[in-house]
Amino acid sequence: MLQLKHIYKVFNEGSLDEKVALNGVDLDVKDGDFITIIGSNGAGKSTLLNIIAGKIMPDDGEVWLNDINMTSLPEHKRAKFIGRVFQNPLSGTAPSLTIEENLAIAYGRVHKRTLGKGVTSKRRNEFKEQLSLLGLGLENRLNAKVGLLSGGERQALSLLMATFTKPKILLLDEHTAALDPARAEVVLSLTKKFIEEFKLTTIMITHNMQHAIDLGNRLLMMNRGKVIFEASADEKAKLTIPRLMDEFAKIQDAVSDRVLLS
Amino acid sequence: MLTAVYGSLESGLIYAIMALGVYLSFRILDFPDLTVDGSFVTGAAVAAVLITGGMHPITATVIAFFAGFLAGAVTGLLHTKGKINPLLSGILMMIALYSINLRIMGKSNVPLLQQETLFSKLADAWATLDQIMLSVISPSPKTWSVIFSMLLLVIVIKIILDYFLKTEIGLALRAVGDNEEMIKSFSANTDTLKVLGLGLSNAFVALSGALIAQYNGFSDIGMGIGMIVIGLASVIIGEAVVGSKTIVRATLAVIIGAILYRLIVAFALRFNFFETGDLKLITACIVVLSLTIPRYFEKYREKKRKSARKRWDQIASTKTHL
Repeated sequence: MLQLKHIYKVFNEGSLDEKVALNGVDLDVKDGDFITIIGSNGAGKSTLLNIIAGKIMPDDGEVWLNDINMTSLPEHKRAKFIGRVFQNPLSGTAPSLTIEENLAIAYGRVHKRTLGKGVTSKRRNEFKEQLSLLGLGLENRLNAKVGLLSGGERQALSLLMATFTKPKILLLDEHTAALDPARAEVVLSLTKKFIEEFKLTTIMITHNMQHAIDLGNRLLMMNRGKVIFEASADEKAKLTIPRLMDEFAKIQDAVSDRVLLS
Repeated sequence: MLTAVYGSLESGLIYAIMALGVYLSFRILDFPDLTVDGSFVTGAAVAAVLITGGMHPITATVIAFFAGFLAGAVTGLLHTKGKINPLLSGILMMIALYSINLRIMGKSNVPLLQQETLFSKLADAWATLDQIMLSVISPSPKTWSVIFSMLLLVIVIKIILDYFLKTEIGLALRAVGDNEEMIKSFSANTDTLKVLGLGLSNAFVALSGALIAQYNGFSDIGMGIGMIVIGLASVIIGEAVVGSKTIVRATLAVIIGAILYRLIVAFALRFNFFETGDLKLITACIVVLSLTIPRYFEKYREKKRKSARKRWDQIASTKTHL
């Protein structure tokens, strides 16, 4: 369904800070996949998601979605098919707009925006229904400005806004990392719920290895701009954190050995 | 004295349209747009030239509105397609418009004193209305025609603007100034929205310029100097007095701010100490004060709130110790 073909991306090319963010990444995402990605800082995980979302254009390689080459499609056009939740809870919502107005904006992703009213009474009922899925009581605060919500509430709202229009792909970029453990669990269980309920194809970056193992049907480990390890659903079932660490260390050693020998 | 208040009300209502334009760019789009100084004159120039050319004042005013839209849209294109910094795109457009406005007018001042303007037509209509009503009420002052017609126009514009900002496109526009990253991820073309927003903003400014030219009886190349600061002053004063919790309230605040600004200036000029040339300095001082004083009060209130909370916490902790 989503294919990345030999994606290559360099930042600050030709300068001292030159950094190869992605070094020939191939990825074939099947319909209904739930992929978790782990890797150390600077491994290229976020860059990968940004390339799928169109925020960053690859230097080389192609991005295909359902047999359509969208490598050069601008971000806002791709966004029709892609739902995103960012790491920062402030990023996914507009603070000076109310909860229902934010949902109306999310609704506008798949419907052409017109000069019709953004929040009609029919839509308000729909929004209420969706908000009640969060179980946070936000359905009773439709006219509250989103800037007044807590980080956890905002992130849960971002998640709902990214998913309820049923995007073809859902991209989650460490979306629980900025929350306290209790809130992170709430958002994570909502994530699971929405992915199942809306049957979303998902790619999730996480720093939490247990989450990476527990969730999804595929696990990728990235390092230095490459996918260095992949586990399928069956392999994942047997994975534990120590084994994952071993795997990482093995490849880490191999890489440094190669650096030493070359 | 009363004439000064009348005058402030009249011009305040007309300038309120300009202030609504500045509100659109400055607050909604979060884009400090200096095009205003130029597009205000563009509106005045287009209306003045068309009216002296024999066109109906209403048609001329409408065309001035669209001329302003064009000017704002170009600023938007400079910023979005040319990737020029917002302030600089506005300044560039302002300077360019100076020459364009001179070209439109052909000279630096176009008088309208002998012409049929919107206001002379309104005054005539008002006079006939007065004659019919003579038996009921005593004749009203002539200036009332301006106040009532402009009040009506401003209210209509406010209602349209309030509605527009709640439409799907309007919501997206507001999100652009609020969280650009977010609205992009929801499939909105922020470039188009910015061009649209700036166009609309400057269309209102030009409309206000066209009306001021007809109200004052001339269009002058220098009439737009400092207009952005006057617009900002109106927005900030209004928000300080009326508040800006909802869109409906915020646009009302801008209108009231524009009228208050005119009243403040009228009162300031009544002191013999001030000369008309001091107007810009007074304006600058008003903006500085209305930007700094609320912040000072906010800080003071915060401090008070925190110390109250601290005391509460102390009480609470001593209680738990007991």
